[in-house]
Amino acid sequence: MTKPKVLILRAPGTNCDQETGFAFEKAGAVATYVHINQLMEDTSVLADSQILCLPGGFSYGDDIAAGRVLASQMQSKLAGAIAEFHDAGKLVLGICNGFQILIKTGFLLPADDAGLPATLTWNNHGRFIDTWVNLKADDDKCVFLKDIDQIYLPIAHAEGKFVARDESVLADLKSNHQLALTYCRADGSNGADLSFPDNPNGSTANIAGVCSDSGRIFGLMPHPERFIDPTHHPRWTREPQGDQGQGMKLFRNAVEFFG
Amino acid sequence: MFGVSNSTVSSSARESDGAGSVGSAGEIWQIDLLTSSGFPDRLADEVLADAPDFRLPANLTITAVRSFLIQGELSRTDVEQIGNHFLAEPVVEQAVVAKNGDAIFDSAPAGTSTLINVLPLPGVTDAEAESALMAIRHLGFAVTAVRTVRKYWISKLAEADLKLLCDKLLCNESIETIVQGPLKLDTLFLGREYEFNKQTFAIREANDEQLAQVSKDWQLSLSLIEMQTIQAHFNTLGRDATDIELETVAQTWSEHCSHKTLAGRISYTDENGKRDYECMLKETIFAATMQIRADLGDKDWCVSVFKDNAGIVRFDEKNNVAFKVETHNRPSALEPYGGANTGIGGVIRDTLGTGMGAKPVCNTDVFCFAPPETPIEDLPPGVMHPRQIVKGVVAGVRDYGNRMGIPTVNGAVYFDPRYVGNPLVFCGNVGVLPQEMSFKEARPNDFIVSIGGKTGRDGIHGATFSSAELTESSDITSGGAVQIGNAITEKMLMDVMLKARDMNLYSAVTDCGAGGYSSAVGEMGEEIGAEVWLDKVPLKYEGLSYTEIWISEAQERMVFSVPEENWPAFEKLCADESVEASVLGRFTPTKNLTLKYGDEVVCEMSMAFLHDGRPPVVRAATYTPAVQTEVSVNGMQDYTENLKSVLSALNVASKHWIIRQYDHEVQGGSVIKPLVGVQNDGPGDAAVVRPVLDSRRGLAVSCGMNPHYGELDTYHMATSAIDEAMRNCVAVGADPKQIALLDNFCWGYTDRPETLGSLVRAAIACQDLSIKLQAPFISGKDSLHNEFSYTDDTGQRQTISIPATLLISAMGQVPDVANCVTMDLKASGNLIYQIGSTGNHLGGSHWGLVTGSSGGHVPTVDADVAIATFGAVFESISSGLIRSCHDLSEGGFAVALAEMAFAGGFGVNVDVSFVEVSGVVDEDKLDLAILFSESNTRFLVEVEPKNQAAFEAALAGVALTQVGTVVDGDRLVIRSDDQILIESPIGDLKSAWQNPLDWS
Repeated sequence: MTKPKVLILRAPGTNCDQETGFAFEKAGAVATYVHINQLMEDTSVLADSQILCLPGGFSYGDDIAAGRVLASQMQSKLAGAIAEFHDAGKLVLGICNGFQILIKTGFLLPADDAGLPATLTWNNHGRFIDTWVNLKADDDKCVFLKDIDQIYLPIAHAEGKFVARDESVLADLKSNHQLALTYCRADGSNGADLSFPDNPNGSTANIAGVCSDSGRIFGLMPHPERFIDPTHHPRWTREPQGDQGQGMKLFRNAVEFFG
Repeated sequence: MFGVSNSTVSSSARESDGAGSVGSAGEIWQIDLLTSSGFPDRLADEVLADAPDFRLPANLTITAVRSFLIQGELSRTDVEQIGNHFLAEPVVEQAVVAKNGDAIFDSAPAGTSTLINVLPLPGVTDAEAESALMAIRHLGFAVTAVRTVRKYWISKLAEADLKLLCDKLLCNESIETIVQGPLKLDTLFLGREYEFNKQTFAIREANDEQLAQVSKDWQLSLSLIEMQTIQAHFNTLGRDATDIELETVAQTWSEHCSHKTLAGRISYTDENGKRDYECMLKETIFAATMQIRADLGDKDWCVSVFKDNAGIVRFDEKNNVAFKVETHNRPSALEPYGGANTGIGGVIRDTLGTGMGAKPVCNTDVFCFAPPETPIEDLPPGVMHPRQIVKGVVAGVRDYGNRMGIPTVNGAVYFDPRYVGNPLVFCGNVGVLPQEMSFKEARPNDFIVSIGGKTGRDGIHGATFSSAELTESSDITSGGAVQIGNAITEKMLMDVMLKARDMNLYSAVTDCGAGGYSSAVGEMGEEIGAEVWLDKVPLKYEGLSYTEIWISEAQERMVFSVPEENWPAFEKLCADESVEASVLGRFTPTKNLTLKYGDEVVCEMSMAFLHDGRPPVVRAATYTPAVQTEVSVNGMQDYTENLKSVLSALNVASKHWIIRQYDHEVQGGSVIKPLVGVQNDGPGDAAVVRPVLDSRRGLAVSCGMNPHYGELDTYHMATSAIDEAMRNCVAVGADPKQIALLDNFCWGYTDRPETLGSLVRAAIACQDLSIKLQAPFISGKDSLHNEFSYTDDTGQRQTISIPATLLISAMGQVPDVANCVTMDLKASGNLIYQIGSTGNHLGGSHWGLVTGSSGGHVPTVDADVAIATFGAVFESISSGLIRSCHDLSEGGFAVALAEMAFAGGFGVNVDVSFVEVSGVVDEDKLDLAILFSESNTRFLVEVEPKNQAAFEAALAGVALTQVGTVVDGDRLVIRSDDQILIESPIGDLKSAWQNPLDWS
């Protein structure tokens, strides 16, 4: 099998590109790193790749709002190219800042007459937080979460609270299995009463990650690339770990989708 | 001013864009972003949270608005499009759009009446405005300038309260300005056209008084002897001096750039007699490293020490590692956010500018503050409230470090009332670089190239300012010395620079720090000579004089020596990623520094005079150690309560509120996190990262600092700090034979012989112990004159000096991270041992601090014991015999045991009657010493019963006492025979430790 190619998008302030590329390569992909300036000038590099990844970081400093400036650039210059990429059956992954951008461009949840259906905004406690969270997966649609039931990953963000325009948006996403990743307790349970620190940011319906209707565009606030090695686990010195971290499964799922 | 003459030449107008260019402008539109109902008003909530510290009325109501001013040829539809679809966050914000000055912006929300607008001062970095301008233009709108405003609508307040609110909570005058009531601006443009005006000073004719006056008027911070030396130099040249020549000398000779005090001549006297130093640092700390390198011979693992921006040591077969810790104290006192921001930004550029450039892999940050609960009435005039300083500094480090994508993995915070006027901010960075990139040399005729940020009036006189004492009026007179960073500019610079490095496009690099281009170019061209074309420097706004351009400390700039043939490739690399890059001159082989503005030569000085012409500073230093007495005990001690009090002491208490705001996992190399244990919340001893992702080799970073011991003897304070920093590294599995150290001296006014003496004594201690432990110092930094002067209520002049503060940072190496251990107890039934012996060391202890006890002996270090102990612990950890390990530091045995228990979620059953104690005179103080003495070189470890024999054999030759076992349940019990000394549920101990700094 030829190795699928992942295009890791860089922009001013992107900072998780190297380790995300490393995780993809460990999973069997070939990573290339492309700057947004280059992509806006010539989108043909997309044709070569099977996976587009928007890694974490602080694109343009998260000025105005997290991901806002890069989202604006991508929406105005790359909407067509990315739609084409997606229509070709390829995969798009947005991690943390990448998720914020996928939401704010509407690439993940398209805008309707009333505008964008949802956003990611400031954590309830108003601060950046780096901590580990338990997550429940719905793998009915989402390609990246195939065969994952529950997963433990770190988050590191200030603006990760998912809010939808109204209840009907949420209800539709849920029934359509698009609420692919939700914060939960260690025992896997969750519910409306989940509070800090289990739900670390006050996200509506404990939402941590969302996939597109196709299941092939996925955005999540947690960082799977930060749990690919057993020593990444915060308690590896007391709880035996396998050969690889749980986050590897997401990257392998993406690679195996083309297998 | 006397003796100063002007000659005026008109300059050609130049293009500059920054926050907007001079010229046609268009109308100013305003876009207010209101928080939708049901979502928190973050800006207002932040202010309200701190209002009680200033005794503001409890019913204070604030509604805040984020506002953007946009100038350009725009229609209402354009601006609505910008407001609704670009600036306003969907769902959570609503935009109000109108022309600036429209009455729609003046309607007060319910319950409020007064409008306060807060704007960045002209020229202060406004990153959000810059991003907005770029993005809005990108969307195709004809925008010429953008500025941000924070609007606060405030409920009715008495005038004094409103002023307090504005001065202390809404606006920092050193970077921002306030407009009360409706905001109406005519233009958003900055700057004015610059008219070239060469200034000279008839230095040859000046008398001493005039020399001193010019030094003062021009903020040169040069002493009379130094001014006379410069005068003599110009006498031999036979001409007047230009302002920029005097400035260049002042920058080069500043304390900040040349460390003239500690690198100068010192005559030191203590109880052992007199020692004369030609160059104190060179003959103590630096000499120690030279001796270690000689002792190691072929096995020398130091690569570059005390000469580059950071020290470099070997890491693995391919890579070296660079480490530097800087201080950024004075700016942080005036503007904590910007001070800390630019502190971390600056030290990152230090490692970036080391060798041919190191890739930053982790940060360490240590702070010293006054207690955050200090009542406002107890603060001297002119200082900020310590809680504001804590919050601002933490936010500054957080926002810069996180945006740079560098994990902040280690730190410490010390509280002492004497830091009230001089908080200390230590920022450190570790970087990795290929071995062959460890050295550099600027080459004759290379271009001088600057990349990154543009130049503004930022930080003018920062270098000379950081050599001067703070007073209550510093916050209004030194505005120019305060800056705000823009992390993204530096991240972009870093990305292209590391690419250029790997393409071999340049021959040398250095950072632009204190002194700006004057220091960077001066250092790089010291051996060659340099010609700089100041009119080629890209500016943030028009109107800077040639001198301002030369000494500006604008952030995020680095200077390269680029061979002319590589310039096109270098320039393209930068352009591809939108990084500003310009040729500023050439390293001309003249041995002279030539500065030009257009065709005018404004400076022509020999590099030799600049770098070697400074008259030596000669200072006296004396030290008399305090007389040590037996510790006094106030009545009966309740050791359980004592333990809780120490756990709640701010220096010991959990720093999770700070730690979790830092991204400590970015770059994907995290191995041991700052917080560890069953609930991820126990205090780890040192952080470990794998800087090279496909390698199993780790770096451990830790620190040691004990200002309280310094009151007894700064010698033992220094050795204790070294021991603490090293044992923290050893406790997680680092090899004690390969630990590199850094020193950071922050002291009071060292022109006083006794203050300087206490520093020299600490330096001698560093020299002595470093050699014995074969732990080399590889770099260091000092910050002197940390004193704050003010006039008290009775009209008396008062001065607060910080305690002598020596931070020792340690960087250790772990051969295979799979062997690392953490400090949390792992399983019931395991055995607990104390490694090391306890002495009578309650002097300067945290037990003494919380019980108000006086006296006691200062902890000392026995180097031979330390070598044997560190070696045995490392071997035991490496061979898997130790399940958990924790160093004994503040609070001693009792605190370490409690932390291990609550971090692991297990009880402990311990009997300390077999712990041997040396030096205790009173039998009834034995238990006290066992529990709370802060003797050095001690660890508590947990060992599985099956490994007992092997472990005890491995520790043969080192003091070792089995003290008890890990038990199920939640009780910590410490007995001595059948007498219970401490008994408590571990949950209570954990709460005592977690609550004091558990800020919301």
